[in-house]
Amino acid sequence: MLTIIKNRMEQGCRTSRYPKTPITLNNRYRGMPKIHKNCPAALMKKCADLCPQEAIDAENALLDLGRCVFCGQCETLSKGDCIQFTQNFELGVARKEHLLTNGNLPRLADNAKKHFKKLFGRSLQLRQVSAAGCNACEADTNVLNTPFFDLARFGIQFVASPRHADGIHVTGPISKNMHAALMATYEAVPAPKVVIASGSCAISGGPFRGSPEVVGDLNSLIPVDLYIPGCPPHPLTTLHALLNYFK
Amino acid sequence: MDNLLKIANGERIKRSDIPSLPFHVFRQELLQFAVNGGQIVHYFAYEDAGVLMVLAIVRSDAALYAAAAEAPEAYHALTADCEKFHMFEREIAEQYGVRPYEHPWLKHVRYHANYRQREDVFGNDYRQDIPGNYDYFPVEGEAIHEVAVGPVHAGIIEPGHFRFQCIGEEVLHLEIQLGYQHRGVEKMLTAVPRKRLPVIVEGIAGDTAIGHSLCYAQAIESLGSLPVDEGASIVRAIALELERIANHIGDLGALSGDVAFNPPAAYFGRLRGEFLNLLLVLSGNRFGKGLVRPGGVAYTMGQEQRRILIDKIKETKLEIAHVCDLLFTAHTVQARFDHTGTVDRETAEKLGLVGYAGRASGIAYDARVSFPTECYAGLPASINNKTDGDVASRAAVRREEVEHSFLLIETLLAREVATESVLAGDCKLAPSSLVVTINEGWRGEVSHCLLTDAQGEILRYKIKDPSFHNWTGLAMALRHQGISDFPLCNKSFNLSYCGFDL
Ligand code: SF4
Repeated sequence: MLTIIKNRMEQGCRTSRYPKTPITLNNRYRGMPKIHKNCPAALMKKCADLCPQEAIDAENALLDLGRCVFCGQCETLSKGDCIQFTQNFELGVARKEHLLTNGNLPRLADNAKKHFKKLFGRSLQLRQVSAAGCNACEADTNVLNTPFFDLARFGIQFVASPRHADGIHVTGPISKNMHAALMATYEAVPAPKVVIASGSCAISGGPFRGSPEVVGDLNSLIPVDLYIPGCPPHPLTTLHALLNYFK
Repeated sequence: MDNLLKIANGERIKRSDIPSLPFHVFRQELLQFAVNGGQIVHYFAYEDAGVLMVLAIVRSDAALYAAAAEAPEAYHALTADCEKFHMFEREIAEQYGVRPYEHPWLKHVRYHANYRQREDVFGNDYRQDIPGNYDYFPVEGEAIHEVAVGPVHAGIIEPGHFRFQCIGEEVLHLEIQLGYQHRGVEKMLTAVPRKRLPVIVEGIAGDTAIGHSLCYAQAIESLGSLPVDEGASIVRAIALELERIANHIGDLGALSGDVAFNPPAAYFGRLRGEFLNLLLVLSGNRFGKGLVRPGGVAYTMGQEQRRILIDKIKETKLEIAHVCDLLFTAHTVQARFDHTGTVDRETAEKLGLVGYAGRASGIAYDARVSFPTECYAGLPASINNKTDGDVASRAAVRREEVEHSFLLIETLLAREVATESVLAGDCKLAPSSLVVTINEGWRGEVSHCLLTDAQGEILRYKIKDPSFHNWTGLAMALRHQGISDFPLCNKSFNLSYCGFDL
């Protein structure tokens, strides 16, 4: 008992005050890109050629947040002259077309479905389905339950049964072998239901796009309400998206 | 052993130097090697100019060997004589439609059509979504009941199916059927432009992004004669150890949660995040994605990063020691950990368990010692004191490894060697060559084996995650356990689904 109390004192309260107090992430973190439209066209083209995800539309100076894995190669190559990553982790979008960005996202809250706010604003229960996720997205969703993020204080919970859920949170490029189980889980959620695509894989297939063994785009199976980019999305990206979309 | 070619970890070999044996000699050699304590690193098939070959990479504690043979369409299963080949032969049958007869449990591994459009060895129809209605190993009797769990589990966790054969609460047999996570990684790696490879490899198993990308990078460096300087090697080794610490303390917290002892679960949960954040300080990503690239590292370690690492480790080391004491001295925890999910040494050896699962059963093998890469050759080894093969041992080994990793990181941080960052550029690979790379990822032996063709293109890319060995260990750990101990046993192994499913 004494050890428990001693440890409790040493640990103290570690819960973050976000969103009341802003958090600054380490300067190496790569969040919202800044795209310099007026950079030399040849350099932008070089970035696009180097990009492993074919996420850069050089001609229109746009970047596809749904494809990008935030590896930072384009930034290194162009020394930040074409693309530069900021520490802004607020990357969630409500519409697919917003993923292709010039670096300015519309406010997520303005694009949220209003009736979802009313229905789920005070209590949101989600069923997580990993459909061939590499366990990075899963792990960084799971950490929202640790004391630092403490998701439950916002009335948001991940639950064990789809029957108890208001929606599903999907990670992974959706392997063919998970297709049936994913659809069964979706169908088991009572309507009206929310669908969240988390991570580059669930949005676009991510690194695995094009493999004949994966579906690669959740939206092609079921209508997605909320997209959370990243490889994996930073826990704060997920937290910000959930709070702004539902609250 | 005369017929096996001795090779080194990361060494580029001409494919023509690999002995190509008549199949019956190949079979005999491998069996003899394995029965005498040797272990299988790889055993797989590949097609070369229309000829199907099988290639084996085997190891003792100190040396690696290679041998090949032309593959027959059907052959007498090696598994019939030695368990170590069990999963490997099922995988070959699934990937290439080769039938190992008298295999004691010939069943698909991941559920996909074979690469050669041959008749399916298992009689599956792959136009159907995975139906799950294939046979499971049955236990018969009036009092026997079956429990089926998955593929979708209760928590935030990858999918897989577990089928328990029980008598009352007691598990007589557990069969683990995976494959739900199959993304066709090995085939992709030979089909897509090379610039995509680093990010695919980082997604083989996201919690082992560093382990797998090291294997990939070292293989490309060997085939492409790319030098890596010492500074980059230091950053790589530090990243691999941070990955180990993050996962181990995360698991210690989860184990604590599984026996309903919540304080360490909460503390370790938060502390794990500190180490993911340190990986982010190095690489910009909490899993170290984007860091390791052929030729070195994409992000270097400057004074700023070094300072943050030194300070954070100083701060957390003591906290972790205290929370470990809290966990390991609690009687309620000991009562649940001790003698639960035991895999004895003999079984562990027969199955070829690796990593902490192996070490907890008394198999000392650690690739950092046997086949050192990067800067491991000059570093001290981790020593394990509790090796009873139970949950308590697997937990104790994690604690010992965390402490050891701290020591390694501190040693490496003291070496201030500068390095340049690299871009994942293209390089020419040596034609008609083979390379095997091995690293001790946090779960154990991670290995990649690459073969190039006459043009220097990658002909075959074979991946092995330690989970490929260790899932069978978990199945054995459950024998004669209460079914309610499954979550605890499962967490003590914490294996990768996608690393296995590829
Ligand atoms: S950071 Fe994104 S856009 Fe830039 S190279 Fe990497 S994947 Fe492509």
